[in-house]
Amino acid sequence: MPERTGKLKFALYWAAGCGGCEVALLDTDERLLELAELADIVFWPIAVDAKREHVEAMGEGDIDVAFINGAVRNSEQEEMCRLLREKSGTVVAFGSCACFGGIPGLANFFSRREILDWVYSASPSTANPDGIRPLPQHQVREGRLTLPEFYRQVYKLNDIIQVDYYLPGCPPPPNLVLEAVTAIAEGKLPPPGSTLAPDTTVCEECERVKEEKRVRAFKRPHEIVPDPDRCLLELGMVCCGPATRAGCGARCLSANMPCRGCFGPTSRVLDHGARIAGAIATLVDSQDEEEIRDILEGIPDPSGTFYRFGLPASLLGGNRRKLREGVS
Amino acid sequence: MSEVRIAVYVCHCGTNIADKVDVAGVREFARRLPGVEVARDYQYMCADPGQELLRSDIRERGINRVVVASCSPRMHEATFRQVLESAGLNGYLFEMANIREHCSWVTEESELATHKARALVAAAVKRVRFHAPLEERYVEVNQKALVVGGGIAGIEAALKIARAGKKVWLVERGPSIGGKMAGLDKTFPTLDCSACILTPKMVEAAQHPKITLLSYSEVEGVDGYVGNFQVTVRRKARYVREEDCTGCGTCYQKCPKKVPSEFDGGLSHRKAIYVPFPQAVPNVPVIDRSNCIRFQTGRCGACEKFCPRDAVDFEQEDEFLTLEVGAVIVATGYETFQPQEAPQWGWGRYENVLTARQLERLVNASGPTGGKVLLRRDGEFTDEVPKSVAVLHCIGSRDENYYPYCSRLCCMASLKLAHLIREKTGAQVYSFYIDIRSAGKGYEEFYTRVQAEGIQFIRGKGAEVLERDGQLYVHAEDTLLGAYREVPVDMVVLSTAVTPAPGAERVAQIFGIQRGQDGFFLESHPKLEPLKTATEGIYIVGCCQGPKDIPDSVAQGAGGAAEVLSLLTAGRVQISPVVAEIDAEACSGCKVCVPLCPYSAIKYDEERGACGVNEALCKGCGTCVASCPSGALSCRHFTDEQIYAQIEEVSSL
Repeated sequence: MPERTGKLKFALYWAAGCGGCEVALLDTDERLLELAELADIVFWPIAVDAKREHVEAMGEGDIDVAFINGAVRNSEQEEMCRLLREKSGTVVAFGSCACFGGIPGLANFFSRREILDWVYSASPSTANPDGIRPLPQHQVREGRLTLPEFYRQVYKLNDIIQVDYYLPGCPPPPNLVLEAVTAIAEGKLPPPGSTLAPDTTVCEECERVKEEKRVRAFKRPHEIVPDPDRCLLELGMVCCGPATRAGCGARCLSANMPCRGCFGPTSRVLDHGARIAGAIATLVDSQDEEEIRDILEGIPDPSGTFYRFGLPASLLGGNRRKLREGVS
Repeated sequence: MSEVRIAVYVCHCGTNIADKVDVAGVREFARRLPGVEVARDYQYMCADPGQELLRSDIRERGINRVVVASCSPRMHEATFRQVLESAGLNGYLFEMANIREHCSWVTEESELATHKARALVAAAVKRVRFHAPLEERYVEVNQKALVVGGGIAGIEAALKIARAGKKVWLVERGPSIGGKMAGLDKTFPTLDCSACILTPKMVEAAQHPKITLLSYSEVEGVDGYVGNFQVTVRRKARYVREEDCTGCGTCYQKCPKKVPSEFDGGLSHRKAIYVPFPQAVPNVPVIDRSNCIRFQTGRCGACEKFCPRDAVDFEQEDEFLTLEVGAVIVATGYETFQPQEAPQWGWGRYENVLTARQLERLVNASGPTGGKVLLRRDGEFTDEVPKSVAVLHCIGSRDENYYPYCSRLCCMASLKLAHLIREKTGAQVYSFYIDIRSAGKGYEEFYTRVQAEGIQFIRGKGAEVLERDGQLYVHAEDTLLGAYREVPVDMVVLSTAVTPAPGAERVAQIFGIQRGQDGFFLESHPKLEPLKTATEGIYIVGCCQGPKDIPDSVAQGAGGAAEVLSLLTAGRVQISPVVAEIDAEACSGCKVCVPLCPYSAIKYDEERGACGVNEALCKGCGTCVASCPSGALSCRHFTDEQIYAQIEEVSSL
């Protein structure tokens, strides 16, 4: 445990996520040092040698801010999140997985059993001749071994604990991370429950020229070289920008790639995927049912596309079975 | 928000609801819902004593939200809103649960009906909590009107409005007003002369000081909203200056170019410069550019040379006018089914197979044969009258291959033609029909009269017309005899279906009118609002809405005038506050909504980088709201909060 100083105390934790959010902190480059000036990091499994029991030994509110990235998929993650909640004054859901479930949340299209069957038997790259499956506990001579329980579904962080602030992005861009940290340091945080990003959409930050949109055919990124100045939706690319919260500076768009929606919806929208689907569907330039169907066929995996980052946060989130039966 | 105090009223609607729904049970259920202060049931909520219940509860029990569980909001939402207003409560703090059309009328199962009624009431109670007071708005109404289409319905409408002292523009696409009626000979069932009753009206329309007739003109676009439309009209170049022409007719006598006459159904010729028929109004010729030798080759110019008034002007160009009007009547009429699409009836192949409209010209004294029914040979009329004529009903109508609907006027028109042919030629006339539809004043009597005249009625649709050795044969299954028949005749008359006018789609688009499955314009309520459309201030009259005979078209024309006059006379018009609104701060200007708005109410504002809704144009349909990806758009009175509350509750029971 570092010695107690006047500095802030931060904790960072990595739940069900890819680790990109951890790297995002490093993306702040030399400004990371300013961060270190500002705060002591009391817990950060990937970088700091503090263990769970150290956190357990802390008092309530000893940690000023806990940044938790990743969704919650198993019992260990849930326990750690609850523990950090108990010890922290403020909890920030860091990144799209913590905010909305993120990419791991797409697993909610499948049941736990289907996932385990695939990973431990069916997938082409699996060699498991003995059909070994992970068990939550196993008795050996030395005692009982346990594994965290693999939950039936993926949860976003605020399904498990109360979250004070949301910092979306896959991963959150360095400027937003620094703004958030500065706001914390200066005590200038907005009311709890806020998202630490603008409440407009990516279109606001996108420089491309936007005209009225009429789409005759949808195009995937490998199928065209888009005009760098024109709205990608008008070119038939599925861009989630109009439905997605701003704050990223339209980074994907400036790299000539459509927005994938990692910032989630604005505060005014309940279901991100439904919004995108609704908006995209209205662009189809046809009155003929057959033709409309053909044009929409040009979007492979629509549910995965529109709910790429937000399935657990969607209205469909809790009803994955029903949803899947309805879709397939 | 001050404390929500909800009153719930469950209506019996006589036995309409109470027979199926346990109204007392629903009332008791409602009484226990959160926020509910009063719950009552009553025989007829819409009647005076029912309304009084609302008023006294609002005044005496501090009620500030009202739910009435009764019929469809289309029926009585406005009624109850007014009751709230009269008791000093904003009319939008009200919600209706439709437990009649949605419950009692749609099931035999009392228990299910009651269960659903409970769910709808619970949803309404939950929703009404989130209602906000909304203010009605008013706009001034421009005192001028536009009538589009100069057939009998449009003329009638224009005259009625003008006689009330209001300025009217009457826009007609063709060179003359008069419409289809001008081409008819006699009218059923009275057999009075069509032209004799129509032409005085045409002349009055042209001369009325309050009517400006814009013939040979078309509406190109409409902007604005009820009470304040801006209409762009294209005045097509006639190549004859209307103000100089006296209608002497020298030009078309001198014109060397003959063209088949549209007015006579191709049975006679007109010239390249022409008036469509002798009684045309205005009596000013027009040059048909595509057939004019001067326009096609640069030579000729006979009309110009001989015109005593120098009224011919080959340099004339289309002109555009912008009219400011408060209301519009659309009376763009109909067309008839083109039988060349159906060769089985022989039209276009056999020259003595005519459409009913062509025959109207033959029996007409001003027609190509001077009113004689004559056979044709090698493209010319002979002196020979037919000895037998078949009149085929329902050509294209009541036919799944063409138009499934009944064209309504052709039974009577066919009877009339059968009578006229019989009268003029003494021929044996066969009428091939499916059913005779003679519903109308004096219609059945006319049918009986024609039967007595010796017309042969064969109940069976004329399936095919063939010619063998110069003899026409009509093939049909006589469903009364149960026999297949082949009837030799000299002439066949096809009573073709009434179809939407060419260009109806464009007219619908310009005026924001919806069209039904059959392509005719759609009224906003089939029974109670037959003349209104989805766009306020735009009315439809006559056959553009569906097949009609002359009396119905005239009645509709007058009805349309009444609609316009009540709007104009009121001077101002209420616009619903239930409209979409855009949070400009939240709008990113993605423009997804702009082309979706059926009323063109959304415009993008370059300066603000955001879209804006014109509240006067918006109808609150919600299309844009559903499409708005950022959630910047919302619809008053249909907010997410209100709708989710309703859904949540209705699905939780």
